[in-house]
Amino acid sequence: MITRSEMSQLLLGRLSWDAIPFHEPILLWTFVAVSLGGAALLGAITYYRLWGVLWRDWFTSIDHKKIGIMYVVLGLVMLLRGFADALMMRLQQAVAFGGSLGYLPPHHYDQIFTAHGVIMIFFVAMPLVTGLMNFVVPLQIGARDVAFPFLNNFSFWMTTFGAGLVMLSLFVGEFARTGWLAYPPLSGIASSPDVGVDYYIWSLQIAGVGTLLSGINLIATIIKMRAPGMTLMKMPVFTWTALCTNILIVAAFPVLTAVLVLLSLDRYLGTSFFTNDLGGNAMMYVNLIWIWGHPEVYILILPAFGVFSEVVSTFCGKRLFGYASMVYATVVITILSYLVWLHHFFTMGSGASVNSFFGITTMIISIPTGAKIFNWLFTMYRGRIRFELPMLWTLGFMITFVIGGMTGVLLAVPPADFVLHNSLFLVAHFHNVIIGGVLFGMLAGINYWFPKAFGYRLDPFWGKCSFWFWTIGFYFAFMPLYVLGLMGVTRRLNHFEDPSLQIWFQLAAFGAVLILLGIGSLIMQLLVSYLRRESLRDTTGDPWDGRTLEWSTSSPPPAYNFAFTPRVYDNDTWADMKKSHYRRPREGFIPIHMPRNTGAGFVIAALCAACGFALIWHMWLPAAVTFVAMLVATIAHTCNYDRDFYIPADEVARVESARTRVMAAAHV
Amino acid sequence: MSESAAGVHAEGSHGSLKGYLTGFGLSVLLTAIPFWLVMGKVFERPGATAAVLLAFAVVQILVHMVYFLHMNAKSEGGWTLLALLFTLVLVVIALSGSLWVMYHLNENMMPSMPDMRNMP
Amino acid sequence: MSETMAEALPEEVTPVLTTRATGRAEVPQDSSRFYLAHEHHPENGTLLGFWIYLMSDCLVFACLFAMYAVLGHSYAGGPTGAELFDLPLAAVNTSLLLLSSITYGFAMLEMQRGRLPGTLIWLVITGAFGAGFIGIELHEFAHLIHEGAGPQRSAFLSSFFTLVGTHGLHVTFGLVWLATLVVQLGRRGLVAANRRRLMCLSMFWHFLDVVWIGVFTFVYLMGVLP
Repeated sequence: MITRSEMSQLLLGRLSWDAIPFHEPILLWTFVAVSLGGAALLGAITYYRLWGVLWRDWFTSIDHKKIGIMYVVLGLVMLLRGFADALMMRLQQAVAFGGSLGYLPPHHYDQIFTAHGVIMIFFVAMPLVTGLMNFVVPLQIGARDVAFPFLNNFSFWMTTFGAGLVMLSLFVGEFARTGWLAYPPLSGIASSPDVGVDYYIWSLQIAGVGTLLSGINLIATIIKMRAPGMTLMKMPVFTWTALCTNILIVAAFPVLTAVLVLLSLDRYLGTSFFTNDLGGNAMMYVNLIWIWGHPEVYILILPAFGVFSEVVSTFCGKRLFGYASMVYATVVITILSYLVWLHHFFTMGSGASVNSFFGITTMIISIPTGAKIFNWLFTMYRGRIRFELPMLWTLGFMITFVIGGMTGVLLAVPPADFVLHNSLFLVAHFHNVIIGGVLFGMLAGINYWFPKAFGYRLDPFWGKCSFWFWTIGFYFAFMPLYVLGLMGVTRRLNHFEDPSLQIWFQLAAFGAVLILLGIGSLIMQLLVSYLRRESLRDTTGDPWDGRTLEWSTSSPPPAYNFAFTPRVYDNDTWADMKKSHYRRPREGFIPIHMPRNTGAGFVIAALCAACGFALIWHMWLPAAVTFVAMLVATIAHTCNYDRDFYIPADEVARVESARTRVMAAAHV
Repeated sequence: MSESAAGVHAEGSHGSLKGYLTGFGLSVLLTAIPFWLVMGKVFERPGATAAVLLAFAVVQILVHMVYFLHMNAKSEGGWTLLALLFTLVLVVIALSGSLWVMYHLNENMMPSMPDMRNMP
Repeated sequence: MSETMAEALPEEVTPVLTTRATGRAEVPQDSSRFYLAHEHHPENGTLLGFWIYLMSDCLVFACLFAMYAVLGHSYAGGPTGAELFDLPLAAVNTSLLLLSSITYGFAMLEMQRGRLPGTLIWLVITGAFGAGFIGIELHEFAHLIHEGAGPQRSAFLSSFFTLVGTHGLHVTFGLVWLATLVVQLGRRGLVAANRRRLMCLSMFWHFLDVVWIGVFTFVYLMGVLP
């Protein structure tokens, strides 16, 4: 017979009231604030009877546009959490000198920098990138949705529940204290026996499955669902970068999955992959994780490059300079990104010949990126530049990213890297390229495509405030870090002895405050734009005089995107159509075949997350039960063959003629 | 629902009885010989045996690709083959790169004691 | 109905910049070349999508093979492959998997001929071979663990159990999928969706046999060599 304590062990594992951080005031008050805010939000949704709308029109939606918007919302919400971590670190490092230990002990500080990295990469940058690609690509290629709409919804919920697990670690248990890549042996069971690394593993595994499936989805979409006449070399550049990004996702994420499985086997079953004894080799973890890690950063930056290509050509009123070379540069970057990974661990000891090889490949990979910069500059040359917000972000990118890229080439030289590895110079470099490249790109893309998604432009004043606070704030926050790194200051420290360093940290903290104002301005921009939406309304569907197919639809587009599948003859299809005085068809509409919404993605992902939580806390019985439930739910979903329907022709006619009326009224 | 022309019969290459049986026969041969080489200790040097085993494995994988998976350059407009080749390139890079890197790391960073492999 | 609506609406206004740029009164040309008036169904992407998933799975196995290559000789003073591997049993297992591959091929031939009973029979036989494979593998694992050569003994054994075990998990999942498909075929017959699923499972099953070629070559056969 199983005793009561054995049963509670099977059910609750190592979960107990000790997991709640009652004794940590910062966490306690955060929990209180989040609970109050959360309760207010849930209460408001209930009061305005929005649950039905949320579930039917958004959470169960398989529409790529809605899913794309939800990804971006997730990314922006997680940006707030990730940035809160950044502020806390900057504050700690600005004050913790000599006798003053600051307010964050190492135990807490280490979780903060780990969570900051994990959240920013996996739950801010990836969702923003995935969201933009999801929203834009089907519209750009003239398709009605992605190749696998249900899988798209499922991928979104896997990512969201992964983020949920990380957020949960704040209040139930704790997070990893290993840095965002969780190197063993520190992340092994002997050195990190608590739940932190397990939260890390399972949130990333769950989100990783979502990302991988999303990659497969978008590749199949781009290959199979382009409008007739759109050959590969007639695709918009953003679609090209999306294709290459998703190829990188499919090629890199399996490695992350495998490595995390191996780490979890070490932790759960006592295997010896990365242990110090019984033949394990922790260096293999570092090797494999960076085979994933380097393509990952190109996954983040390539879509940003795609955004800039679209923005530059639109706001200079010109075809993009050197389309073919842009495509080749993107493809070359995709392939080369697999040949540079060792530059992340030059100092681990592989020796001169290995280090030289990877140092050279790293320098080579900067060349196609340089070619892209020149193409953008040549596009701008003799163009009629309009300094709308997307273009501002692009100009900020060009200067900032190039500086970051140059420090990258500096780090690519192994002897230099031996001095600078794991110093604040490195930290400054990667924030330089990620903020200057990825974040600025995402903000440019959000400003650019927001009118398409919501029917009104974003407020320019608050957008400019956001831009200037972010840009100036970035330089104040990270240029001092280059100086500190060159002076030899190591990363991830929560306390320093040398008081002469303090001024630099204080400058950096000031920069962080400016960035905070930038984020605040972004929130203001969203709020004010919503309140002023009628005066910012986009009635034509083409507020920027765009050049690609998405601008031929209404803002927002109807569920079916295009009443008739477009036929493509040239690059910059919409510009081509406008030049030919294109006139929208107003009759002869046909029924349109569409996929149905479904709650199955949400349910299966929720069960995955529950299983992950159970595994984290060693609740073996709930883990087994939720795992089986997950399989059953998946099989049940496959037994549903009734997955699509037709929009009747007169419904299409009604929507299209409503648009015609709106467009005509705008010109009266 | 999607019984349209694009859906039902345009997908995937088809096999034939002859194809499957040929593939099966070749695979049996390409499996039996390596097992015999090792179990019968046919070659003196293990290096030679290993090289032959590798060659047979590669050939058998190709047999499976052609006869069972119907791999050809026309399927899905050539994208199937392209995806396979790209994956193979990455696998080769990841495997050979890892082996090269780890060999050097182990040489430089693991304690240089004789027969480290059997240390408990 | 749509014609009357079209007449009642104001004139379609051409996009602004074009008119401004030319400065002439514009007469819209025939725009019908820019769209397809009939229903357009893009090609189904399921088979390509599944193939791409298999490529990603290939990379997972590549990592596990890499781990085995790096750690495969770290015996930690424990048993080696030569001491542990039962080659005749591995040969039996290999035959079972190979047979299951060809029986699945026969199932596909029956499917192409539209014959449901034949398809089902060959699928069930495939499942039986697959179950036999898993049974033998579980027996082998249990025996090794009983002998003190479990995955915790050394890095070599950790990577052995993980590589072979991951392959076995994939086969097991394939068996669950196969059983589900047999039920779904029984209910709905050889509809298009089921045919696509059969073709995906076919790719999956043969892919697992390809991975097994790597396993028996690099793990069992080479593991026994001095």
